[in-house]
Amino acid sequence: MQVGVLALQGAFAAHSDCLASIGVQSVEVRTPEQLSSVSALLMPGGESSTMSQLLESSGLFDLIATRIADGMPVFGTCAGMILLASEILDGRSDQRSFSAIDISVRRNAFGRQVDSFEASINSSVGDFQGVFIRAPRIERVGDGVEVLGSFNNEPVLVRQGNVLAASFHPELSNDARLHEYFVSITANRKKV
Amino acid sequence: MVSTNGSSSTGTQRVKRGLAEMLKGGVIMDVVNSEQAKIAEDAGACAVMALERVPADIRRDGGVARMSDPEMIIAIQASVHIPVMAKVRIGHFVEAQILQSLGVDFIDESEVLTPADETHHIDKFDFTIPFVCGATNLGEALRRISEGAALIRSKGEAGTGNMVEAVRHLRSILGDIRKITQADSAELFEWAKRLQAPLSLVQEIAETGKLQVPLFAAGGIATPADAALAMQLGAETVFVGSGIFKSENAAPRAKAIVEATTHFRDAAVLARVSTGLGVAMTGIGMDEINETQRFAQRGW
Repeated sequence: MQVGVLALQGAFAAHSDCLASIGVQSVEVRTPEQLSSVSALLMPGGESSTMSQLLESSGLFDLIATRIADGMPVFGTCAGMILLASEILDGRSDQRSFSAIDISVRRNAFGRQVDSFEASINSSVGDFQGVFIRAPRIERVGDGVEVLGSFNNEPVLVRQGNVLAASFHPELSNDARLHEYFVSITANRKKV
Repeated sequence: MVSTNGSSSTGTQRVKRGLAEMLKGGVIMDVVNSEQAKIAEDAGACAVMALERVPADIRRDGGVARMSDPEMIIAIQASVHIPVMAKVRIGHFVEAQILQSLGVDFIDESEVLTPADETHHIDKFDFTIPFVCGATNLGEALRRISEGAALIRSKGEAGTGNMVEAVRHLRSILGDIRKITQADSAELFEWAKRLQAPLSLVQEIAETGKLQVPLFAAGGIATPADAALAMQLGAETVFVGSGIFKSENAAPRAKAIVEATTHFRDAAVLARVSTGLGVAMTGIGMDEINETQRFAQRGW
């Protein structure tokens, strides 16, 4: 099992470090060849509009969409979550997403950097110190989506099948439990 | 400044350095109005730096360069979704208070503007907003980190279209980090003394092998190849100042530099995006600028 980290732009290095801390070597994915070598993909935070453009110019967008449809496990954090959502509110009009998880997210809904915060959040995977950076908000959760974690009674960690998404940054709090959880989804899928 | 409300806190180091992490692998572009900001965002910039004049014009015009008019910054904030940065003069903490009240996402305490204090930099722990500061060497970088900077960039020599100084600064910072990882514990005291930097930060570098905060490149980057050179040397993102909007075809050049920064090790991509961009900014040789006109020597 090879885990890839989408490395077009954003906090990919922090995710790779986090995976390394639990003994998982990851591959940085910037090209179709690199994508074909991985069996799971992590989509980091960063700027979703920048990543959208680079997904197009690198030829990765359609390939990733196909892989997700085929069941490849994906984990999107912050901007990565926006890329996975079925509906983006307040995004750029030309911004595309993979529609891989039935949620509506509002870009930068928690405000500008001055409002960025960290807080403890409760989840069925464990309690986390969640770091929220100009974070998106999950405003609607579809029927097939499981809410795994919340903050102030709002969903911040959700899952639908092999798709996991968080509005916060587990890679910034020296805590790899969510990465372990994602790797376990990937490993279980392998056995099927 | 850390503020806590119930279980949530703003302005922590983790939150400040976190935004710097989000900017990695991207391009931060200088813009002077909302039209340019939109061009930058359309091209894939991960943030824009709002300022009244790009460094090349500040250099040409002379006089005192100050924080930009809030009206212009507000217009740029309204026109894009990506983070908006703005510059304050070195030591001018009131300009920084103003930018924070405007909700700017990152403050650049910049040598490109005329310094307001020739001894002190801003106490950046006093602010909720993260700061980026320039450095020419590791000692300067660590002094800025000790004052609370969440991000370090090379100073380079802004507004020249010539990246020789940025290369010098990146090599100096990263080269010294490599040497420190080889030093024994006794030698670290000497390193701290030589760098005029806190011993604890030097010891931390010896252990981790990297700077405490992300390191970006700035100063003189004008082409996709320049951006890729900075990245291959070890920078994690590039700032492009005058290089885009002082060139012939700003939009395609901006997009090309974004692609080059992502695919910085892929020479075939670099060749493709470098093709047919038209004339880059003319640029200035270092021997054409006398010592007193160099921005990089500002900061202490």
